[in-house]
Amino acid sequence: MSAGALAVEHVGKRFVTPQGTVTAVEDVSFSVKKGEFVSIIGPSGCGKSTLFAIIGGLLDQYEGRVLVDGHTVDGAHHDIGMVFQEESTFPWRTTIENIAFPLEVAGMPKKERLEKAVHFLELVGLTDFAHRYPSELSGGMRQRTAMARTLAFEPKILLMDEPFAALDEQTRLLLGDQVLRIWRELNQTTLLITHNITEAVQLSDRVLVMTYRPGRLKREVPIDLPRPRSSEVVGSVAFGQLVGQIWKDLREEASRGMKATEGGRND
Amino acid sequence: MKAWLHRPALWVLPFLVLGLAAQEAGVRLGFIPQVMIAAPTAILGKMPMLVAEEELLERIGLTFGLTFAAAALAILAGVPVGWALHRFRLLNRAYESWFVGLGAAPLILLYPLFLVMFGRNLFTITLMGFMVAVIPVVLKTREGMDGVRPVLIAVGKSFKLSGLRLFWKVQFPAAVPVIFTGIRLGLIVSLINIVALEFLVNIGGLGRLINDLAERFETAAMYGAIGFVVAISVTFFVLTERIELWLRPK
Repeated sequence: MSAGALAVEHVGKRFVTPQGTVTAVEDVSFSVKKGEFVSIIGPSGCGKSTLFAIIGGLLDQYEGRVLVDGHTVDGAHHDIGMVFQEESTFPWRTTIENIAFPLEVAGMPKKERLEKAVHFLELVGLTDFAHRYPSELSGGMRQRTAMARTLAFEPKILLMDEPFAALDEQTRLLLGDQVLRIWRELNQTTLLITHNITEAVQLSDRVLVMTYRPGRLKREVPIDLPRPRSSEVVGSVAFGQLVGQIWKDLREEASRGMKATEGGRND
Repeated sequence: MKAWLHRPALWVLPFLVLGLAAQEAGVRLGFIPQVMIAAPTAILGKMPMLVAEEELLERIGLTFGLTFAAAALAILAGVPVGWALHRFRLLNRAYESWFVGLGAAPLILLYPLFLVMFGRNLFTITLMGFMVAVIPVVLKTREGMDGVRPVLIAVGKSFKLSGLRLFWKVQFPAAVPVIFTGIRLGLIVSLINIVALEFLVNIGGLGRLINDLAERFETAAMYGAIGFVVAISVTFFVLTERIELWLRPK
């Protein structure tokens, strides 16, 4: 699996609503180097998910451009694999069939694709659950299945939108360890969209902080914690300082978001 | 005992046996007039006569075949129309109320008109069976497609699926449970309408047989024939359940 470099240049998106035009994202530019792990963090309503959909090619008619290895990408692209916030496994397929789905779509023969899926099944530690249906798995296992399915697509860039948002904190930390292990093994360029500061600091090389609506990049925080990391890093002083530093920026934006939401309710 | 606990579907059996025993006793002791309700043993006793003299198997085959044909046509036409109502919202706004209205209307009352237009034949019966079956198939297909979680579609699109491939790989399997509810409803109303029409116009399979036997006051044999209508209904139910499980395992 080869890594790719991602560049987002002056991306903006406006939505026309009955209440008027809403600017969700405005003039966002950043890049992710090959094999780098970058997180984008921002308060609810800052346009993180809009940015995720634009980069993944699920939204069109936006300003700016998205490039992979210097080439502009338009629409869903083989170089970019997406892991979604919501539970997204196909309930009518077993774990291995879910993982083999993108290979089936690509026209790979059944025997070959199931053999290949086994590799990704092992990678996410679900070998014993190959023939179980999603309804028989825990939330964490389902998200690992979804991640393995995306990795089986062999994208250059892994794009994740709050994949562990619905999970409890302990599971989230432990899955973070697994994500780091997979990232190390595959040397996968990864962009994580999240609202969880701990998760962003635990996993990333850099954290990009976004403003409340319209979503712009406010600050870039390099995470200079030593690698390889594990969830034990959350107990270190340096970790606490980085979390505090990001929260300082984020607090202002989250407060703005809260005021805007409450104001909207009072209107 | 454990086997019973694990198969709740069997829990109805004691009540069924109890009901049949009560019916048998009621008829034999004279509490229930035999001309209205026959004893279960009398119904069973009429089976050889039904097979030998009334062409029971051929009639079962005919009613089964007509219902199957009507339902198959309803699926072939109803699923694409339901998908179109989901895909084109304007179309849905224009026609949804018509489908809902037709679904609530007793279309069987139009049978004299159909007899005049198409004649007293099996085609007319199949057509009327189709008409009542297609409506729940259309409405439930639209409902099933509307109910597909957007994230599943987004997953399909992220793997570069679109159009018909997105429909077959993601939308259809996701909507199968709701679509099959429509197909089952369609089969049941189709069977009811087909048997009723066979009864009313005195052609075809089991409906015609029930009519013949009722006119001859063969009460026990008539209940036997009604029992086979129920058996056809159960067969269709089991068949659709199997097909649904094959198309969508969980």
